Amino acid sequence: MSDERPRDEHVDLEDQIDQWRTWVLRRRAITPDDAAELEDNLRGRVADLRAAGLDDDEAFLVAVRRMGNLDDVSREFAREHSERLWKQLVLVPDSPSEAGRRWRDLGVLIALAVVAGVAVKLLVTFGDDASIGLNLAFAVLPFLAAYFAWSRHLSARTAAALVGLTAAVAVAVNLYPFVTDGSGDAAMTYVLTATHLPVLLWLLLGVTYTGGLWRDHARRMDFVRFTGELAIYFALISLGGGLLVALLFATFDVVDIDIEAFVGEWLWPFAVPGAFFVAAWLVEAKKSVVENIAPVLTRVFTPLTLVLLVAALVALLAGGPLDAVDRDLLILMDAILLLVLALLLYSISARDPLHPGTWFDRLQLGLVAAAFAVNVVTLTAMVTRISDAGWTANKTAALGLNVVLFVHLTGTGWLLWRFVRARGTFDAVERWQTRYLPVYAAWAAIVVLLFPPAFSFA
Amino acid sequence: MYNGGGRVHIEKDLVAAAATPLVLGILADGDLHGYAILKRVGELSDGRLQWTDGMLYPLLHRLERNGWVSARWDVSDAGRKRKHYTLTAAGREVLAQRQAQWDVVADALRQVWSSLQGPPPAEARA
Repeated sequence: MSDERPRDEHVDLEDQIDQWRTWVLRRRAITPDDAAELEDNLRGRVADLRAAGLDDDEAFLVAVRRMGNLDDVSREFAREHSERLWKQLVLVPDSPSEAGRRWRDLGVLIALAVVAGVAVKLLVTFGDDASIGLNLAFAVLPFLAAYFAWSRHLSARTAAALVGLTAAVAVAVNLYPFVTDGSGDAAMTYVLTATHLPVLLWLLLGVTYTGGLWRDHARRMDFVRFTGELAIYFALISLGGGLLVALLFATFDVVDIDIEAFVGEWLWPFAVPGAFFVAAWLVEAKKSVVENIAPVLTRVFTPLTLVLLVAALVALLAGGPLDAVDRDLLILMDAILLLVLALLLYSISARDPLHPGTWFDRLQLGLVAAAFAVNVVTLTAMVTRISDAGWTANKTAALGLNVVLFVHLTGTGWLLWRFVRARGTFDAVERWQTRYLPVYAAWAAIVVLLFPPAFSFA
Repeated sequence: MYNGGGRVHIEKDLVAAAATPLVLGILADGDLHGYAILKRVGELSDGRLQWTDGMLYPLLHRLERNGWVSARWDVSDAGRKRKHYTLTAAGREVLAQRQAQWDVVADALRQVWSSLQGPPPAEARA
């Protein structure tokens, strides 16, 4: 009997610990690794208490109590690992009232999407090509910003500042007397303003996304995650929507009804902003089957992009003397570098900062190094070109963007190198990314507002 | 965040403030796993300073993210995986800073205690 009892008790204890583990793992902020760590603690405590004379049950109960209130512990874990918190932000509603709030949010968002659709429709109906290009972002983004301002209870002061800023930019760019040359081509400064404007507005929208706490590192990182996920959701919805429209066309074609006017004049102005808003809501609500797609996508595209960069480098160097490199190629290089940085930012935002360095971090470092090489070559070519042929709006914008990217890449590369060599933390890599974001906003603002007058609106 | 225990009740803010230098200081003596750190805290304070066990781990993860400690998984004698924490060079620097800060606080407090009426604790005069 004395041989049997301890073993029974031991089995009991194992059962209890199993149950406890299941219970711990139900909390989303606690990963299996954390649970293993807590379990190790629990077992250590139980062993010590048993050695002090308690029986299994007593020891287990005391050890569990010493562990503390699991809600508090899990909240502390969530606070420390905000990337986990972000994932579980909405997930499954905790209470009926929260589910109700989700539907109310969707209602507000759909209403705003309809308003944005009306704005786009009015713009398309009454505007000419030039004003559509300048104002499309103004017709959509402020309404999404309004949603965030509403759902995050943005302070009136911040909201007023943002509205004032946006309105000032809108008035300025619409009053700028852009010159159209004889062949009817748009002025270069117009093209630059129209392309940089959405970037500026998007980063201003980021302020509302963070609920006004835009200086906070974790909130900025959330905005980066939001942006990346939104791009993916929007692409998916657009693909599906495009397929539906194609089928619609085919069906009505068979019965000889022409719906092109309807689709062109009514469907697009409402469907595209609508898809954008719904994508934003989905990312917010995280009703996702593609929840963990970010790490997968970055693992697929990082090696591919590295190959692309090496090919680009070869193309640049094989293109003859640097001052003869085609101008379009240089602009293309800027686009590629921008893509590389977006990919980097996205993968950094999806990474668990505590995870030790892996081959993937080295690959990423390789990507940064290749991008750095491409950037240096492009920069050299541009400087040569400008010193030969003088400053134009186009070249200055390309050069400026190149310098902005150069600093970003250098910093990222240096910190990643330190991390891979175990001399620095991944946290430092992350913080550099969010700290650098305002530079993009500032550069976009410079191109949008200062370039047209500086280059006499040509 | 933490519960004081033993004869003297220690306010949770004070426990929280002391947690980082205490953990870093304990790790300065060598690598430990989480529960061993807790036991060491108990020994150092004669059981008067007690934490809620679970709260140690988010703290350790924060120290890790800051690069002050590094962690590696190991296998315990019982064959279970167990996470060990090591103080890094950056952690050692932070520990030195914290020590300097606490010295200032302790020094100021000592002077306050000695000017208080009534018999001050024996060690305050030393």
